[in-house]
Amino acid sequence: MSKIHVTTTVNGDPVEFLADPRETLLDALRNQLDLTGTKEGCGTGDCGACSVTVDGTLVCSCLMLAAEANGKRVETIEGMAKEELHPLQRKFIEHAALQCGFCTPGILVAAKALLERNPDPTDTEVRYWLAGNLCRCTGYDKIVRAVQDAAAEMRQDHRGAA
Amino acid sequence: MARDDVKTGYKYVGTRPNRPDGLDKVTGRARYGADFSLPGMLHAAVVRSPHAHARIVKIDASKALALEGVKAVVTRADMPTGLEGEDLNLQDNTLAGDRALYDGHAVAAVAATSALLAQDAARLIEVTYEVLPHVTDVDAAMAPGAPVIRPGVADYSVPEGMHGNVARYMKFGHGDVEAGFAAADVVREHTYKTEATHQGYIEPHAAVGQMGEDGRGEMWVCTQGHWYIRRMSAAVLGIEAANLRVTPSEIGGGFGGKTTIFMEPLTLALSKKAGGRPVKLVMSRSEVLRATGPTASASMDVKIGMKKDGTITAGQIFFRMQGGAFPGMSPIGEALPCAFACYDIPALKHEAVEVIANRPKAAAYRAPGSPMAAFAVESMVDELCRELNLDPIEVRLKNGARNGSKSSYGPVYTMIGLQETLEAAKAHPNYKVKLGPNQGRGVASGFWFNHGGETSVSLAVGEDGTATVMIGTPDIGGSRASIGLMVAETLGIPYEDVRVNVVETGALGVNEPTHGSRATFASGKAAVEAANQAIKEMCKRAAAEWEIDAEAVEWKDGAAHPAGPNAGKFPPMTIGEIGSKMGGTGGPISGHHEVTAGGYGASFGTHVVDVEVDPETGRTTVLRYLVVQDAGTAIHPAYVEGQYQGGAAQGIGWALNEEYVYGADGRLQNPVFLDYRIPVASDLPMIDTVIVEVPNPGHPYGVRGVGETGITPPLPAIASAIAGATGARIRSLPCSPPKVLAAIKAKR
Repeated sequence: MSKIHVTTTVNGDPVEFLADPRETLLDALRNQLDLTGTKEGCGTGDCGACSVTVDGTLVCSCLMLAAEANGKRVETIEGMAKEELHPLQRKFIEHAALQCGFCTPGILVAAKALLERNPDPTDTEVRYWLAGNLCRCTGYDKIVRAVQDAAAEMRQDHRGAA
Repeated sequence: MARDDVKTGYKYVGTRPNRPDGLDKVTGRARYGADFSLPGMLHAAVVRSPHAHARIVKIDASKALALEGVKAVVTRADMPTGLEGEDLNLQDNTLAGDRALYDGHAVAAVAATSALLAQDAARLIEVTYEVLPHVTDVDAAMAPGAPVIRPGVADYSVPEGMHGNVARYMKFGHGDVEAGFAAADVVREHTYKTEATHQGYIEPHAAVGQMGEDGRGEMWVCTQGHWYIRRMSAAVLGIEAANLRVTPSEIGGGFGGKTTIFMEPLTLALSKKAGGRPVKLVMSRSEVLRATGPTASASMDVKIGMKKDGTITAGQIFFRMQGGAFPGMSPIGEALPCAFACYDIPALKHEAVEVIANRPKAAAYRAPGSPMAAFAVESMVDELCRELNLDPIEVRLKNGARNGSKSSYGPVYTMIGLQETLEAAKAHPNYKVKLGPNQGRGVASGFWFNHGGETSVSLAVGEDGTATVMIGTPDIGGSRASIGLMVAETLGIPYEDVRVNVVETGALGVNEPTHGSRATFASGKAAVEAANQAIKEMCKRAAAEWEIDAEAVEWKDGAAHPAGPNAGKFPPMTIGEIGSKMGGTGGPISGHHEVTAGGYGASFGTHVVDVEVDPETGRTTVLRYLVVQDAGTAIHPAYVEGQYQGGAAQGIGWALNEEYVYGADGRLQNPVFLDYRIPVASDLPMIDTVIVEVPNPGHPYGVRGVGETGITPPLPAIASAIAGATGARIRSLPCSPPKVLAAIKAKR
């Protein structure tokens, strides 16, 4: 089976690779581009550990073929911190919102996508938005608190900047 | 709630600093099992039995081996023979012998130049099966006429005349149970069942193994205990442990399920056959659910007698547990002692049988055996409380174990915190909230022994006065932070100056895994002793320079101080000064401690849950949840709370949703997270916690393990809350909507 030439942008960097037609975006990120921050927990779109955004849309990268990323803009956990940590990343550490940390990249990517759409969510909105991101360690309590604390800080910063 | 006679006022212990691995884990840099790669690496896939029980007639790998890029196939024929006991069980589970014993049992493995190619090759390996009769349910496996899966499996403990699937039998107790029941005002007896559940760690098992023809190998693996991986893999492959070096990755959850081997030795066997090229093997989620974990399923008869004033006069329990197709895997040995561990009851009788069934080889799961036992006993206590109109906390305060009680399984409790957890639960605002229609409240207590275990820790003082600690217990939930805090406290240096590393099997003596709630307790205890040893040496170095007796030097605030008659004669010598010139004063300064740690101190907790049940659908919503548990001393309170909350969430999942569903064909029907539904964020409320601190005298900072007890009370507490909301008692988990709805309808 011949491979497909894929040209895409990952975390702002132009990248090219040859994808097996059956290869998922998740496998291409991890195995071809060495971006192992995105995790596979299920491979069936149930756990959210592989969450990335493609052209700004939150997707499970295990459910998308690598070839479908051609010409798209992909953002992963590795692109989340700029010069300093994103407030969500900082608050997750401060609130002990991770234990094993395996679900954390996917949850951070998903939470960032939430706050971009809804900067002031209720706890229930946070819980339903993150319902596709399984965490087995924390019981979600500290995750919800960390997201809300980051959201509050980002609203404050936004007001400060305005 | 802290004791007055125990030192408090610590500088670092009890604070909530950032964990050292936090930055790597929020940026995607932390390396987990599947994140590791080596040059020239091959990828592997496993062929698994689609049958619950079948004779393996023939394995033909010729088509797979003919594929370009396929480098090796291994079957049981490639493994050494003559193993016995648990080593043989491990080998049998790694690759089936003449029979596949459960749906998902590994039969062959293949290595190829890509993961997709390995999967293609696995599909080309032709296995001829002769299907055999199977049984998967614990009660069905003991029924007359059930197929005997492994003839001769019973050990010496099994009395004559028991079913051929019974592998072990246990019995103990004390007092006159019949007299106790006769003295009760109410005696009730019921059967309770819990289904098998999976640990459900989000990270599937993954390993990279490399082994040359000389039988020397290396492995990088996600595990709770790399010395266990080394010993078990070496046994299965017939190599010497010292020839296998195992490095643990960061671990994406374990909960007991990563304390043993499943497919890890296959990476080495394939590597050896493929000329020593490294081989990576990563399980899919359905492989994880079909062939790793799970916990045992249980069927339990409980009988308890109670007086009208709430005094429990006697209790008895009979367990039937299946832990898969391998003997010795069901936690009857833990479940029985846990059953009545929260109580001080004059007469008790415990009996259990382990039953073999065509299911995967069970692994430990958070407080193995205790949640099932608690579901039976705590549900029954709640039933009696409701019948006699008694407050469930008052009844537990009255009958609960306390300091000096002789435990239900023998030892006398010293310094335990059960009563304190009950008092704190009673005083908590959650216990006073008025309930609305279709709402109910459940209370239950839980117990775990805790554990010490084989522990080896080293500590090295740096030239700049910092400290590096080498531990052998993989950090799953923040134990590096806790151990760092204890070492900082002991050395009197900032937490940021202590780095704790989890090191490989070549760097320390044998360590047991992170299991039994032991890592912060045991590695922490050994780290404190190692620090004390380094302090002793640093005091000696200072004394030599000051030309005074080493005994006349004391250590405080990160420096050696002249003491006694020499007090004030010399300025304090800091760890930085001592470290900077240690090469010239006698060489590197380090400390080391190894011990099979005792004094771990039993763990107790009490949970209070409020639920609302939709009478139209039978769906249960958890409204509020309270965990109260004794931590001894909470070294890093945020991660103690995290253990409480995580344990409660797993218990809630077990109570409401999670179960292994087997079809009539003996195949697992729900091997994906969509169908094996663990709690998601929208299923749960905030989980309130109260940390009770009754310091454990067996630890320098009073620590007792906190990881496991929290999963135990939710099973009965939720069922009891549902009973409060609906009047219907669910005695068989999970309390799924159809089951609850049927129970409500039967009640009407």
